[in-house]
Amino acid sequence: MELSLSNYLVVAALLFTIGVAGIILNRKNIIVILMSIELMLLSVNINLVAFSAYHADLTGQVFALFILTVAAAEAAIGLAILVAYYRNRGSIAVEDINVLKG
Amino acid sequence: MLPLSTTIAHALPETILAVGALGLILFGALRGSRTADVVAEIAIGVLALAIVVILVGAKGRGEVFDGAFVNDSFARFMKLLALGGSLVTLILSRDFLKREGIDQYEFPILVLLSTLGMMMLTSANSLIALYLGLELMSLALYVVAAFHRDNVRASEAGLKYFVLGALSSGMLLYGASLIYGFAGTVSFAGIAKALASGPSVGVLFGLVFLMAGLAFKMSTVPFHMWTPDVYEGAPTPVTAFFASAPKMAAVAITARTLAVAFPPIQSQWQQIVVFIAIASMALGSFAAIGQTNIKRLMAYSSIGHMGFAMVGLAAGTQAGVRGVAIYMAIYLVMTLGVFAVILSMRIAGHNVEKISDLAGLSRTNGWLAFFMAMLMFSLAGIPPLAGFFAKYYAFLAAVEAGLFPLAVIGVVLSAVAAFYYLRIVKIMYFDDPAPAFDTAPFAVRAVAAVASFLILAFWIYPAPVVEAANAAAAALF
Repeated sequence: MELSLSNYLVVAALLFTIGVAGIILNRKNIIVILMSIELMLLSVNINLVAFSAYHADLTGQVFALFILTVAAAEAAIGLAILVAYYRNRGSIAVEDINVLKG
Repeated sequence: MLPLSTTIAHALPETILAVGALGLILFGALRGSRTADVVAEIAIGVLALAIVVILVGAKGRGEVFDGAFVNDSFARFMKLLALGGSLVTLILSRDFLKREGIDQYEFPILVLLSTLGMMMLTSANSLIALYLGLELMSLALYVVAAFHRDNVRASEAGLKYFVLGALSSGMLLYGASLIYGFAGTVSFAGIAKALASGPSVGVLFGLVFLMAGLAFKMSTVPFHMWTPDVYEGAPTPVTAFFASAPKMAAVAITARTLAVAFPPIQSQWQQIVVFIAIASMALGSFAAIGQTNIKRLMAYSSIGHMGFAMVGLAAGTQAGVRGVAIYMAIYLVMTLGVFAVILSMRIAGHNVEKISDLAGLSRTNGWLAFFMAMLMFSLAGIPPLAGFFAKYYAFLAAVEAGLFPLAVIGVVLSAVAAFYYLRIVKIMYFDDPAPAFDTAPFAVRAVAAVASFLILAFWIYPAPVVEAANAAAAALF
């Protein structure tokens, strides 16, 4: 069976939805949110590379490489903020992030 | 292939910021601790140099870096606003950071890097440049929000901002990938050309996701949830920064994207912008009424003001973009002035943030109360203060474009918003005095005075701002 563009797009859309759902529905742990964010960014990469191959145009793959780089920086900053938060609060449970509200 | 000198001439302010930030990191690392004063002064100098270079540097329109970066009068206008916001924030932050014991040399450097991201974002002319500029701005902002790392509220604000910011940039990217796939190009001009032959559902779908990401950065409804928490939790100078410079860049790129890349599907994106405008104005007006914390109130106020700016953008005309540019310039001055007053709210060495702490300010500190009252009248949009003209130009564009219901709703909601601004004036002038504030540092008092003077005097000589905004808007059409 030949894989068409739409197969890739469906996989990417599913991964993206799982990522968003992971952020919104997750009630446990912030590390899971970081994993969900990575999942979203990687689904975008699938999209871009599939489109890039379909159009026979390298721009999409260049874009994907930039996203990989920025995602690494983003994860590093996210973990650093998480460590700072844990030292103050002693917990990384989602339901404990409630000092600021109103 | 452009000669290198042209490239450098058009990207000189960005080059100065990048080299300055990297040089300062090196300087700070070599000198070790206790260099925060010097680094902050050099950083202010670098920002001022970039402003001068924009004012006297390359004129006209230049596309460099293979068309990914455009330098036109719109970019220059919005960059001046963003640079001004960062510069004033750095000046305001010095005393506060010292007193809170978080006067690290990294703070000015992070502000510089974030400002560099804003300038790349303002000049972005392709989806890749947009994404990279946005991330450079946001990554530095995440760190700055959590800068008071031993404070549970600041680190929680940073964490919330990071999680929601990452979600929004994921959505923006998904939209960018769809637009790339269905338009076949990432350049704004190319997208407009591809759409000219007829709208495509894929691009439209992508545009919705892209707008979601941009709406988050502008803190407009329905992606505003982070704003009140982050404004309240972050250190006050950081809140002043969040409320000023990044908004300029986010609004600039939204206007550029919609006006340059998507004019063929204007009737579609107009609906999105109208919805964002009405929802933001309504939430900003009603949710602020019950607030007791002044920083939280300013968060809702900024959501509402972004809604008013979107009224101009919804028109989708040159007059509309002019209205947005004027609105952002006046909003910047008003916000920085209000935050200078908030930074003066300090009793016996402790910061206070309750609105009730302002009670009777007219009797304990008449000038500060006067400045705050002028700023509040201006935020409420009462003539002849500058805030009135900001709303006037935005609504005028909407009416000219035939969006009568939107303009009427905007005027009604600005009357609702006037309630909580006037309540602050009433508390300052007619309530029994609360304990007096400590004397604020000179820089903070000066910013409050200059900001209230500018908004008081705007009606006498508005021509420079209006003409510059006119030229800026003409660059997009």
